[in-house]
Amino acid sequence: MSDMPKIRIDQVGKTFVGKQRSVHALDDIRLDIQPNEFVTFVGASGCGKSTLLRIIAGLETLSCGEILLDGQPVDGPGVDRAMVFQHYSLYPWLSVMNNIKFCRQLKVISDTVRNDADIESASGRADALLNLMGLSAFAEAFPSQLSGGMQQRVAIARALMPRPATLLMDEPFGALDAQTREVMHDLIRYVHRLEKSTILFVTHDVEEAIYLGGRVVLMAPRPGRIDSIFEVPLPAVRHQDMKLSPEFTELKRKILVRIRETSGMQTDLDQLARLSAQE
Amino acid sequence: MSAHQSIESSVQPSVKATEKMPPVATSRPIPVARKPRWWVIRGELNPHAVWMLATLGFVLPFLAWWAGTAFGVADPLFMPGPLAVIKRLGQWWSSEGLVDDALMSIYRVMAGFVVSAVLAIPLGIYIGAYRPVQALLEPLTDFIRYMPAVAFIPLVMLWVGIDESAKILIIFLGTFFQMVLMVAEDVRRVPMAQIEAAQTMGATRGEIIKKVIFPSVRPALLDTLRITCGWAWTYLVVAELVASNSGLGYAILKAQRYMQTDKIFAGILLIGLIGLLTDQAFRWISRRAFPWNRK
Repeated sequence: MSDMPKIRIDQVGKTFVGKQRSVHALDDIRLDIQPNEFVTFVGASGCGKSTLLRIIAGLETLSCGEILLDGQPVDGPGVDRAMVFQHYSLYPWLSVMNNIKFCRQLKVISDTVRNDADIESASGRADALLNLMGLSAFAEAFPSQLSGGMQQRVAIARALMPRPATLLMDEPFGALDAQTREVMHDLIRYVHRLEKSTILFVTHDVEEAIYLGGRVVLMAPRPGRIDSIFEVPLPAVRHQDMKLSPEFTELKRKILVRIRETSGMQTDLDQLARLSAQE
Repeated sequence: MSAHQSIESSVQPSVKATEKMPPVATSRPIPVARKPRWWVIRGELNPHAVWMLATLGFVLPFLAWWAGTAFGVADPLFMPGPLAVIKRLGQWWSSEGLVDDALMSIYRVMAGFVVSAVLAIPLGIYIGAYRPVQALLEPLTDFIRYMPAVAFIPLVMLWVGIDESAKILIIFLGTFFQMVLMVAEDVRRVPMAQIEAAQTMGATRGEIIKKVIFPSVRPALLDTLRITCGWAWTYLVVAELVASNSGLGYAILKAQRYMQTDKIFAGILLIGLIGLLTDQAFRWISRRAFPWNRK
């Protein structure tokens, strides 16, 4: 039992069937993810990293293979796997606090409430998450009154509220500016240690993937597949200075080179030079 | 590097000097209120100017109307002046039952409109939420939508006669099908991430419709109601022109029979005014009910 992976991705394939042509989005993906791992996925666009995450979330069906969660096949979304989206996922008609507490309105959660103590511990958790995200002063604000970074913090707090064992993050910081991102990175690393959750994090930013992940999974497009997996040589507790360390930059260089090689999109510098010479 | 420094050192003293000078003698450009620029694509306009222009938009045609009739450009029999229309309005109010006519018409519009909304909103939500329902009903609704509601009047009269239900049915036919499609479109515009977030929190289909789609779509829904309410007034007049002996539309028709062009004008303007007030009421409700929906 103890060596059973939290998530087993077993020969997963996905084909989007269109009218004119079918797209082979994922081909024979195999990966085991251990409990409390932080795995980041990078790759050129079209490599199917988001599709894979959405399949694990149960939001997308797979064409072949299987996803096993604690040994059980995934069939549709579940409260054990929370997802944080890039944007537009907050409920604009609810205050920040009520967004975080949204899951309490759902039957699957409210059925587990047995007594007053449960309710009290739940609102205690909502308060704690609000504090953790540094949003205590904004409990009654509407999402439209918050900055993009604050909105994403609310989305993370809302996802954490039902104590999901697994947190799936689909480019959650993609729309944020660089400074806000750094703050969010340290926050999410802290949440990972605090909540002991397993985190799968999709990004197109290699630096983000290395700084956050214990392992970086590099995917390649056409068809979407796992190209290589890199262990990140950084300790569990990280700080921004580590981004300048030789191990970090060396890994970043390796991954960037490999993404360039697999993307199929290359700028032919010689060709450009010839073109400009002609003029 | 050294060139940089020398520039800085030569500039700094002069800056300090100007700061010590009395403000009147300063050589700095005096801040002048920038002339507001009106012709900017999608530009801003201050509320004062908005009000001014909106008033002007009403006053100018009114003046043109007044001038045209006062200087005898048009025959007053066919084109009564504003004063004649206002006088007629007073007469209609005091002795010809304007209030009854208006209330009757408002009642019919509201009845047809409410029945239409009560049926169209749930149906539109189902069409917008579930693809099979959409595939089943949307092409049909689209087809019926293009049939002119006015053309149904003879049929309506044959089927339900010429009593109140006939007029309400015509208004219903005119608004319902459009409303269904618009509600469905509103529902399809609810961001997918809002729905998927609820799914990953374990929400059931019913919970997603009740707790995500419906609350999310409310502002758009109210906007759809506001727009279709205007159409309901159009069909009201059609219904009353054909088969009625009360209401504003009927009054307009009767006025035509007696060559009372001033009353026709009064009736048309009155319907426009009621429509404008309804529209503003919808907008007000929207602002009050959905303060979170800031554009």
